[in-house]
Amino acid sequence: MENTSLAHHLILAGLLFVLGLTGVLMRRNLLVVYMCLELMLAAATLALVAFSRFNRTMDGAVLVFFVITVAAAEVAVGLALIVALFRKRGTVQSDALTTLRD
Amino acid sequence: MPDGLFIFFAALTLGAALLLVLSRNAVTSAMGMILALVGVAAEFFLLDAYFLGVLQVLVYAGAVMVLFLFIIMLLDTEDPQGAYPWKTAALGLATFFLLAAGVLWLFHWSGAVSAVKAGATPPELSVNPAEFTTAAKSFGRLLYTKYLLPLEIAGFLLLVALVGVVSLSKDNPETKA
Repeated sequence: MENTSLAHHLILAGLLFVLGLTGVLMRRNLLVVYMCLELMLAAATLALVAFSRFNRTMDGAVLVFFVITVAAAEVAVGLALIVALFRKRGTVQSDALTTLRD
Repeated sequence: MPDGLFIFFAALTLGAALLLVLSRNAVTSAMGMILALVGVAAEFFLLDAYFLGVLQVLVYAGAVMVLFLFIIMLLDTEDPQGAYPWKTAALGLATFFLLAAGVLWLFHWSGAVSAVKAGATPPELSVNPAEFTTAAKSFGRLLYTKYLLPLEIAGFLLLVALVGVVSLSKDNPETKA
């Protein structure tokens, strides 16, 4: 803690976010895309906690609490959507879902 | 030079995230995700946010990822094997390296972050200051005073998600294709 600065944590959070974004763009499996979205949320919470710690206020940490709540609700709904999609179409590969394009 | 634990957990988190993004097997991806979330929780501990670290492990690595693994194994999807199509790989590499360079420039070389004085509360937050503490009690105090309305909204959101998931996963014969 003594030797790490705000910039170190922000760089880690930024790289984590970029990795998640890369995954969202590259992957075709909707489940993996969804996990990459979660990774981006986790990166954002890391940045929030770092700001909160280095600004000596509690507000960022409380916001992380809400982000975790919303993420948990979002995962439940999103996975239910993916399961419903799989039951209807039999696939979760996003490049097989082209009904609207064709 | 940052301390060893930070370096270790940062490397763990980024390596696990790389595994998540690159692995063609969804279960391996989920394992990488769990490891990355545990790494983030460890960074929370290093930032003195002990309560959030525990919450992260319980909610994310515990509940959310178990749900993910259930669904992955329930659907039993197979990914196309072999190398990525070159267009996808090029898009991924370009995105990663451009944005990673941007992140490094913004947070390191531009000097904007290091110019911010550490430990100084910004004026926007000094109106109703809540001093940073490690105690879980301070979360409860803030949640039921300053952030009461967001807390109520979060509770309502959980209820809406609950009802939504139940109605989504109900076997409705009319919507069957």
